[in-house]
Amino acid sequence: MHLEIVTPDKKVFQGEVTEASFPGANGSFQVLKNHAPLVSALSKGAISYTTKDGRFNLVVDGGVVEVKDDHIIVLAEKVVG
Amino acid sequence: MANLKEVKERITSVVSTQQITKAMKMVSAAKLRRAQDKIVQMRPYSQKLTAILNNVSAASEGDDDVVYAQKREVKNVLIVPVTSDKGLCGAFNSNIIKATVALIHNQLAGKHITILPLGKKAYEAFKKTDLPAVNQYYQIFADLTFDNVREAALHAMNGFTSGSYDQVFLVFNEFKNVATQFVVAEQFLPMQRLEAEGAEKVNEVEYLMEPSREYIIEELVPNALKIQFYKAVLESNASEHGARMTAMDKATENAGELLKELRLLYNRSRQAAITNEILEIVAGANALEGK
Repeated sequence: MHLEIVTPDKKVFQGEVTEASFPGANGSFQVLKNHAPLVSALSKGAISYTTKDGRFNLVVDGGVVEVKDDHIIVLAEKVVG
Repeated sequence: MANLKEVKERITSVVSTQQITKAMKMVSAAKLRRAQDKIVQMRPYSQKLTAILNNVSAASEGDDDVVYAQKREVKNVLIVPVTSDKGLCGAFNSNIIKATVALIHNQLAGKHITILPLGKKAYEAFKKTDLPAVNQYYQIFADLTFDNVREAALHAMNGFTSGSYDQVFLVFNEFKNVATQFVVAEQFLPMQRLEAEGAEKVNEVEYLMEPSREYIIEELVPNALKIQFYKAVLESNASEHGARMTAMDKATENAGELLKELRLLYNRSRQAAITNEILEIVAGANALEGK
């Protein structure tokens, strides 16, 4: 799957991942390959994703995620670290 | 004939002014590139945001009762003039001030106006008037990030939802190219229809909406507004450096012309001084011979 994390100031991450989990507004959830199309609001919390180099964590302050055709786009206003 | 020494001093002073303006032009060129990069970096975010927003709102039609689109009778208006912190950029800042004042006197005559200046020049210009002003945001250009700009945007948006402002205008320089900027007075709130610029047309995908469509729209619309605000500030920032570049280029050119004239004058007076001296010597020698 292709994951993109963008903020208004820069593109934080772009690349292939095998798995990603998000802090949804209604609780955390995970996205795997061939997920159904989804738009979800995010609350403050950690996004984690697995690439071939390992597992990574990012903390975002709210935002929105769109999943479509194995493309995940995260729009975050602010990425903490 | 002008005094040789005086002319020489003026030449040195003009030369050093020219060096400064040349350096400032170079600095502005570098800063302009950085400012344009910022706009380019923001573009993917804003495009995807409008795309998602379009997809989501296309899923069902109508019900545009978003709080930020509410039209009310206009009594209190907030104007946000965006200028720079520093001068020496031609008519860049005075255009904004003029456009703001014109807006206040024509379109918004008789309304209760509040000013939210962004940039030191706007702050200084409106400090002198008796208009009420919101002054905690004008220094955003010291550290221009989305984070800082969104504070100012939030002030305008919260003021709108709480009813203290019925209309919000942005007055800023739109970046056309390095040499041209346009002054734009744009209505920020109540918000206009979101332009679907660059977004692909409605692809009929059934999305799962978490937690609900309304919630997502409620989340996305303020984001889109903040982005619109940020865009205006970035445009103004790029325009500022463009304007300063052109102004400094013109100044360097003018200094060059002035130098040419001064050098001509200098050489002429030097020549005249030499001629004078020869005349004196010859006259002196003649006087001695004829003794």
